[in-house]
Amino acid sequence: MADIRAVRPLNPVSAYLAVAGMWARSALVYRLNFVLVVVVGLLVNGVEFIGIVFMFMNVPALGGYSLPEVALLYGASGTALGLCDLLFGSIEKIGSRIRDGSLDTFLVRPVRLYPQAAADQFALRRLNRLIQAGGVLVYGLVAADVHWTWGRALMIPVMLICGTAIFEGVFTLGAAFQFWAQDAAEVQNAFTYGGNYLTQYPPTVFAKEMVRGAVFVIPLAFVDWWPALYVLGKPDPLGLPAWTHFLSPVVAGAFCGIAALAWRAAVRGYRSTGS
Amino acid sequence: MAFIELEGVEKTFTVRRKRGRFTRTKDEVRAVEGLTFGVERGEMVGYIGPNGAGKSTTVKMLTGILTPSAGRLRVAGVDPQKERVRLAQRIGVVFGQRTTLWWDLPLRDSFTLVRRIYRIPQDRFEENLGRCVDQLELGPLLDTPVRQLSLGQRMRGDITAALLHDPEVLYLDEPTIGLDILSKATVRRFLAEVNARGTTVLLTTHDLQDIEQLCRRVMVIDHGRVVYDGGLEGLQGSDGAERTLVVDLAGPSPAIDVDGARVVRREGDGERQWLAFPAGRSAAPLVAAVAERYPLVDLSVREPDIEDVIARLYRGVPAQAT
Ligand SMILES: Nc1ncnc2c1ncn2[C@@H]1O[C@H](COP(=O)(O)OP(=O)(O)O)[C@@H](O)[C@H]1O
Ligand SMILES: [Mg+2]
Repeated sequence: MADIRAVRPLNPVSAYLAVAGMWARSALVYRLNFVLVVVVGLLVNGVEFIGIVFMFMNVPALGGYSLPEVALLYGASGTALGLCDLLFGSIEKIGSRIRDGSLDTFLVRPVRLYPQAAADQFALRRLNRLIQAGGVLVYGLVAADVHWTWGRALMIPVMLICGTAIFEGVFTLGAAFQFWAQDAAEVQNAFTYGGNYLTQYPPTVFAKEMVRGAVFVIPLAFVDWWPALYVLGKPDPLGLPAWTHFLSPVVAGAFCGIAALAWRAAVRGYRSTGS
Repeated sequence: MAFIELEGVEKTFTVRRKRGRFTRTKDEVRAVEGLTFGVERGEMVGYIGPNGAGKSTTVKMLTGILTPSAGRLRVAGVDPQKERVRLAQRIGVVFGQRTTLWWDLPLRDSFTLVRRIYRIPQDRFEENLGRCVDQLELGPLLDTPVRQLSLGQRMRGDITAALLHDPEVLYLDEPTIGLDILSKATVRRFLAEVNARGTTVLLTTHDLQDIEQLCRRVMVIDHGRVVYDGGLEGLQGSDGAERTLVVDLAGPSPAIDVDGARVVRREGDGERQWLAFPAGRSAAPLVAAVAERYPLVDLSVREPDIEDVIARLYRGVPAQAT
């Protein structure tokens, strides 16, 4: 038995893939359902952007942003949230795992809780948001009047990765909060899906206080607004120095660090359920 | 140092309750208090007590799920809460009320996931799986989706999943709850075998037959405290526990009247009678006395019902601790 004991724990990525794979295969048991959900999801999400297109039939610009520029914001924000939702979105379901005590079974496995919780109920059907937003992003990138440079081109993947990370931070903070208040999923949704809604539109259409909150409190502005200011060469609505437009990686890193600390404290305080 | 060691371990839950519309009060629930015991490698311990006694809470602290409020706890020399992930590689856990199996997938797939998560070498995995499947009679079920299994079949699957990585200790929290008699018997036989192979087993249950058939050492826990820790015999023999002699007579008969026993029940106009006698006493002289004066056809001796014994413990009769 000694050789078994010496085994190092499985790395988090492999653990995540193992669990996510099981969920993906479980979903395939209900194949028809899967196809329906993806198709309906694409339609519903598609209608949302068509609404924005209709808006532009009446106004030439929205807060100084043209349709392709708004599409770029919409697509970037949606792609970031879509990626995050696909990869880590399940973490928001942790409340029900806590409530019914089934989290116990995760905690006795030789793998950290986070990858297990992130992969829990992994669903490929969440691809539909990603597909739709990705399509809009591509349209925005192609059609927007961008003066392309290497720096601006590089900013696009950086923006998507940082955006995903910031949304993941929000998801994780929300999940940590659910250890104390198990019905907090709604509050969390306000920040994730609400944050997505906010950052789909140009920062210039919102009140300054709102934009300040997104810069200094919950750093949603760094998902797409601030990097996009650089890409599109737009004036900063808060008049902040230009270097802040490059801060997304720093902000995302710091925010995820804070979320990780909150998560750790939350797991430590986990109290399970009676019997 | 014992393999499992608890010293003054306590767990207090703070429960917030709504009182009226805006007021909330905080109540403290002491799930366990002052738990002190040790379990040696290779032991099989029955951990019994009524509902809410603190059995599950103990198991959750031993596995690192819950952090004790006070006291010191070590499993294999490490603090389970601090080293939960590393320790998990060395322990197996079965929670009777929740399955770790994958509802929509064939049973086999759940075991494959265990192999990946625990990084079990393929040959060892196959050997262990083969043995469990054989002894727990799971062979024909491996390709059945878990949702189609009966409770007993699922439990056997869960026990297999907990053993594939050769854990040094197996914790079972009410593994026989709700099972049919056949499944129970299979599970018990298997657990005895697991223990015989050297695995330490801590079995939580309130099915007393599990304990009677499996455990030489019993710990009785009540209101979060250990009220008895010792051999099963000690528990039964202590404090005037009684055995029962069941006799079948050739025909109807008045209540049997012999020294050292009293009739506690009669059936069929006295054709079958139940005689209680002190557990410490041999049944032989009693049988002889009955046979001498009554037309004895058949007889059996029933060991004291352990539930009665525990009830007696609870009634405040001092337990015989070891
Ligand atoms: N997560 C929890 N929150 C609040 N109280 C709990 C929790 N878990 C257990 N308890 C309480 O602690 C006591 C012991 O529970 P438990 O260990 O589940 O008992 P058993 O397994 O012996 O039936 C019970 O009074 C139970 O209500
Ligand atoms: Mg219990």
